[in-house]
Amino acid sequence: MSTSWFDQAIGLAAGVLLLTSVLLVWKRSLAAAVRSLAVQGVALAALVAVIGIYEGDPQLVAIALLVLALKGFLLPWVLDRSRVRIAAVREETPLLNTTASLLALSLLTMLAYLVSRPFLTLAPGPTSAAVPVGISLVLYGFLILTTRRHAISQLVGFLVLDNGIATVAFLTSGGVPLVVELGASLDVLLVVLILRVLTSRITAEFGAADLDDLMELRD
Amino acid sequence: MAVLVLLPLVVSLVLAVLTAALRTPLLCRYAGVLTAATVLASGVALSAAVLDGATPTAGDLLRVDALSAFMLAVVGAVGLTATWGGLTPPGGRTDAWTYSTLVALFLGAMSLAVLADNLGVLWVAVEATTIATAFLVGHRGTRTSLEAAWKYVVLGSVGVAIAFLGLVLLYAATVSAGRPTLSWIVLTQEHLALDPSLVKVAGALAVLGFATKAGLAPMHSWLPDAHSQAPAPVSGLMSGVLLSVAFYAILRVQAVVDPVLGPGLMRGLLATAGLLSLAVAAGLVVRQRDLKRMLAYSSIEHMGLLALAAAAGGTLALAAALLHVLGHGLAKSSLFVVSGRILATEGTTRISGIRGLLVRRPGVAVPYLAGMAALLGLPPFSLFFSEVAIVVAGFQRGLGGVMVVAVGLVLVLFAGLARHSAAMTMGGSPDAGPTPDGTSLGPQTPLVLALGATAVVGLAAGPLATLLAEAGAVLAGAR
Repeated sequence: MSTSWFDQAIGLAAGVLLLTSVLLVWKRSLAAAVRSLAVQGVALAALVAVIGIYEGDPQLVAIALLVLALKGFLLPWVLDRSRVRIAAVREETPLLNTTASLLALSLLTMLAYLVSRPFLTLAPGPTSAAVPVGISLVLYGFLILTTRRHAISQLVGFLVLDNGIATVAFLTSGGVPLVVELGASLDVLLVVLILRVLTSRITAEFGAADLDDLMELRD
Repeated sequence: MAVLVLLPLVVSLVLAVLTAALRTPLLCRYAGVLTAATVLASGVALSAAVLDGATPTAGDLLRVDALSAFMLAVVGAVGLTATWGGLTPPGGRTDAWTYSTLVALFLGAMSLAVLADNLGVLWVAVEATTIATAFLVGHRGTRTSLEAAWKYVVLGSVGVAIAFLGLVLLYAATVSAGRPTLSWIVLTQEHLALDPSLVKVAGALAVLGFATKAGLAPMHSWLPDAHSQAPAPVSGLMSGVLLSVAFYAILRVQAVVDPVLGPGLMRGLLATAGLLSLAVAAGLVVRQRDLKRMLAYSSIEHMGLLALAAAAGGTLALAAALLHVLGHGLAKSSLFVVSGRILATEGTTRISGIRGLLVRRPGVAVPYLAGMAALLGLPPFSLFFSEVAIVVAGFQRGLGGVMVVAVGLVLVLFAGLARHSAAMTMGGSPDAGPTPDGTSLGPQTPLVLALGATAVVGLAAGPLATLLAEAGAVLAGAR
């Protein structure tokens, strides 16, 4: 009985993670993208909390609160501020249209299930069954990074990638050691802040945050 | 002993905080030089301690073996060359406090990377180098430098994130083996029963990620942009030692993965990346139009050679790779410092815009030629010996075919670099000035010391030879 709520909670959190990523790829509105990212952060925190409660690990529950604060609130807030500041509304020129993006998503999801097989054979259970979701998020992050040209979209892609890695970490081993977790969280926060400043400067310099304008340096 | 280990980290942090808080001209000018000198002193002292048989540690996370001590000394030596050589002549403009603060933090992050025993902490430190250098690359605030900074931060952090995924999977493998750890010494010494299929994915991802940061092809596209747009001393630091620190991370990962899987996987990945890097560098150096981009592509070449040395494996190849790290770091940072002076005096880094430098500006041209001779691997410079040793080791360990192709590509690069350098220094000057200007536009001592050291260590290595052999054995002992 006690495992069944665990199974369901993990499944639910993983489902929300996957769903928010699909919404991210589907919608071109940047405001909607940032909102989806915030929901995704909350779902990731919930996932960590569920694992922490199930394993009776107070440290993991504390980390869940950190994840909630960072990925559920702080990072989306920074992104939203940046979006409002440069008055960015939509991703105007994605390299893939919506249909092709969704098709690519389904292919990437299948790929994720394929490469996750070692986990399923190594330690079968509800957490390893959800690992493909984490890998999917990593691949979606790559898709967004390679096909979206708006600076904010690129930031979103980077954060989806990071969420995917965190998902895999928590599902496979209950998270990396605390000092590494803290260092990695700080690094991600600083990278996002730096990219935010660069976005503002690029907008000021080029008149838009469309990265297709960044084409001066090449051989 | 723990004091020596913590010294470079504490000094860099304290100087960075002081510079940011006080912003006095003196601190803004010398914070970087002081940090680099501390790192070098600490590295040399730790090397001596390691040669005496000690293994200094500080807490659970920092541990200094021969490899760490050597790399710390390289970070210090290259850092000192770049920061000291990069000092503008007195009376010139003083650097902004942000610049000095970030340089001090950058040196501290690289020191942490080589001192960490924990692969996760190593990762955090490598990511921190991206953070510290982001605004250094974009320091000039021009359109091109913003573009370079954006590409650098996005590609750098995405690449390094992939390495993190690799480390996460490695950690998962240790969890299922019943001994959760990311400690390098535990991973290499305790022969944990790690799941091979998991380690295979983990190792490939970690190497792929750190290779992005090391500028190995095909993940190199950020490198020429970032290195050409950053201020000259920062280019010297990034090219001369940041790439090598990322390569050091690859070596540590390789030493963990090889005993579990055999050398096949890493050898295949590294040999491919190495040859590809040499080919990309050869293609783009030959028809290069910009001096700093040419030097950047030369760095990709040397990273390719290091990757080939790691692919060969064994004590000889690894010791040669480390000697190569030192020689390349000193020569490349000197050349970038000189490129900054060329930009200052000629107003351009376009190769076609720089002519007759030896006649008009011997104070700049002579160090440039000496540095280029070292970089091209002419004897007596140490790069000659390390390159020969890498090729010999490759043949010994069954990579003969790869080495033949590599030597061919290195010769193409040699021709390209030599042709451009000859054109800039000796080519006919359209408007030859009336009098030669011997001023050096900056301190010559660091360049003399760096290039002098490069010339001497190959012939008379002394205790360095023992240190290199021990560092090679630290890695090779694991396989």
